[in-house]
Amino acid sequence: MPKVIPVADELSKPFWDAVQEKKLTAQHCTGCDRLQFPPRPACQHCGGTTLDWKEVAGKGHVLTVGIIEDSHMPVRAADQPFNLSVVTLDDDPRINYYSNLPGIPVRQAVVGEPVVVTFEELPDGSFIHEWTRP
Amino acid sequence: MAIDFTGAQADRSWRRDREGLGVWKDQGKVAFMGWGMSPIDRRWDGVSFDRTLGAFSILAAQRALADAGLDVSDVDGLFMCPDNMAGANSGISGSWGPTRPYFPAPYDSEDGLTVVTNKWVLNNWPELNVKENIKFAPDDVPAIGEGLGYTAQMVADGKCEVALYIYTANNLDGRYRRGGAAALPTSSGPGQWNSPWGANVIDLQLNTTFALAEYCHHYGVNWDDLMFPLVMNEHRNGLMNEWGFYTTNGASHLNREEYANSRPITTPAHIWDYDRPVNAVGAFVMVSSARAQGMKQKPVYVMNHNQGSGGSASSSSITRPEYEQANLKVARMVYEGSGWKPEDVDIFNPYDGFSSFMPFSLEAFGWHGVKYGEAKDFVNGDISVEGLHPIHSGGGNLGNGRTRTAMYIDSIEQLRGTAGRRAVNVKAETAICAFAPALSAAYLTVSNQPS
Repeated sequence: MPKVIPVADELSKPFWDAVQEKKLTAQHCTGCDRLQFPPRPACQHCGGTTLDWKEVAGKGHVLTVGIIEDSHMPVRAADQPFNLSVVTLDDDPRINYYSNLPGIPVRQAVVGEPVVVTFEELPDGSFIHEWTRP
Repeated sequence: MAIDFTGAQADRSWRRDREGLGVWKDQGKVAFMGWGMSPIDRRWDGVSFDRTLGAFSILAAQRALADAGLDVSDVDGLFMCPDNMAGANSGISGSWGPTRPYFPAPYDSEDGLTVVTNKWVLNNWPELNVKENIKFAPDDVPAIGEGLGYTAQMVADGKCEVALYIYTANNLDGRYRRGGAAALPTSSGPGQWNSPWGANVIDLQLNTTFALAEYCHHYGVNWDDLMFPLVMNEHRNGLMNEWGFYTTNGASHLNREEYANSRPITTPAHIWDYDRPVNAVGAFVMVSSARAQGMKQKPVYVMNHNQGSGGSASSSSITRPEYEQANLKVARMVYEGSGWKPEDVDIFNPYDGFSSFMPFSLEAFGWHGVKYGEAKDFVNGDISVEGLHPIHSGGGNLGNGRTRTAMYIDSIEQLRGTAGRRAVNVKAETAICAFAPALSAAYLTVSNQPS
């Protein structure tokens, strides 16, 4: 079953545009030099509103391993069971992403293992970021 | 008498939703005097008009008034929560129409079937206002956690003297929360950051499951070793309620093997880690402390109420430290508003809609001295109602079905001495009870003494 397609808005458009170029970015506060993801209108650390985008290295680690066996989302039912993990970004471990860990069989992902970003094509030809073993 | 319908959301100054507010100034001025439950059905059968949410609302209210020893005409405040528990994203399980035809009045709309409003109750239970006794019946009454706090505050503020709060739990055919945005092929707004990966975080189920999975890894705890004793304790205690779903519809016969092998939902969580949606209604009577004197039941005084959030995720998914901090903030609010310390709490009935809430609440509140990482050892000790650490003595949602009432009913009954088989052997003079744990918290503290 296809994954749900994200719909960008004004705030998130720079992020998704970068993903289409196979680049992973995070919002960057020019005031306190910290990153945040998902994007917000203001910096959650200092409240600053001067925010730009910074490309990050795309390396991370698995924080949590979960398996969706009975999803609330009917469109993913045929994929069950599937990995659903939380991955932290090495550039700033406060930032995390959901991932299905493509290429890693269900029940074989390990908490703490390193992963790298990859970009997965959706049925409409767009891309989303994913994480897999190096 | 003209009824004041001014909504609960018109002026939100009643909310106690942050730290620094001090001890609740109206502590001990309002008391629970009664409670009532309708029968609990797994789902409404679509044909029995004596088992609709509307009919159950009136029945639960009548039972609450009988428990309090009050006549219906004594009520001057009606607090009817019009929430649809199944939720906006439930699809066919969230509304009767428009695909199914409605019925003759009073079931010619959703009102009375999947929601119940104050107007529906007033129109269809004429005895309630036969003496034009109702003077306050606010619109937009919040769900039970916030709603009982709101009701207590309104009684304390003099809006009414005898308040009737009614809370509905609707469940029709089909499955909860699988319609609406959850069923779309695209996702916008906050969902763009989770739905593409199948992470439907509309629901706390996923967030807290992941936070607890991280907890288990961090503290070196096996999920089943931590959760089975808590879940089993809930089922055991629930069976000691005459009204609970499993008491009235058949026991779960849950045991360790059944728990471990039960249907996985979001591994490591099993089906028994989630409460069972039901069709049922609960009602509560609160009165001013002056009115409470000499009544049928011993008063159970409200000592504080809190609402609000302890925090949120700083990134895509809330982490264990963030969830622990959110629970800690809520615990500080509750203790501050009550003027209590952890050792002052006898009965502990925090929310358990998903089992993953429970270890975090226990450790954040430090009930019976439990510290971070100690929940597993604690729950593998004697947590039965007969023992020294009778946590969740009411059985909660897990042990009774998703009525969200057991935490309050048990706290009332333990403190006034009517808990029957569930009566604890330890001191029972104070209690914490809640619906919703940390990210959207709502807590009450109660005591059998007004100060």
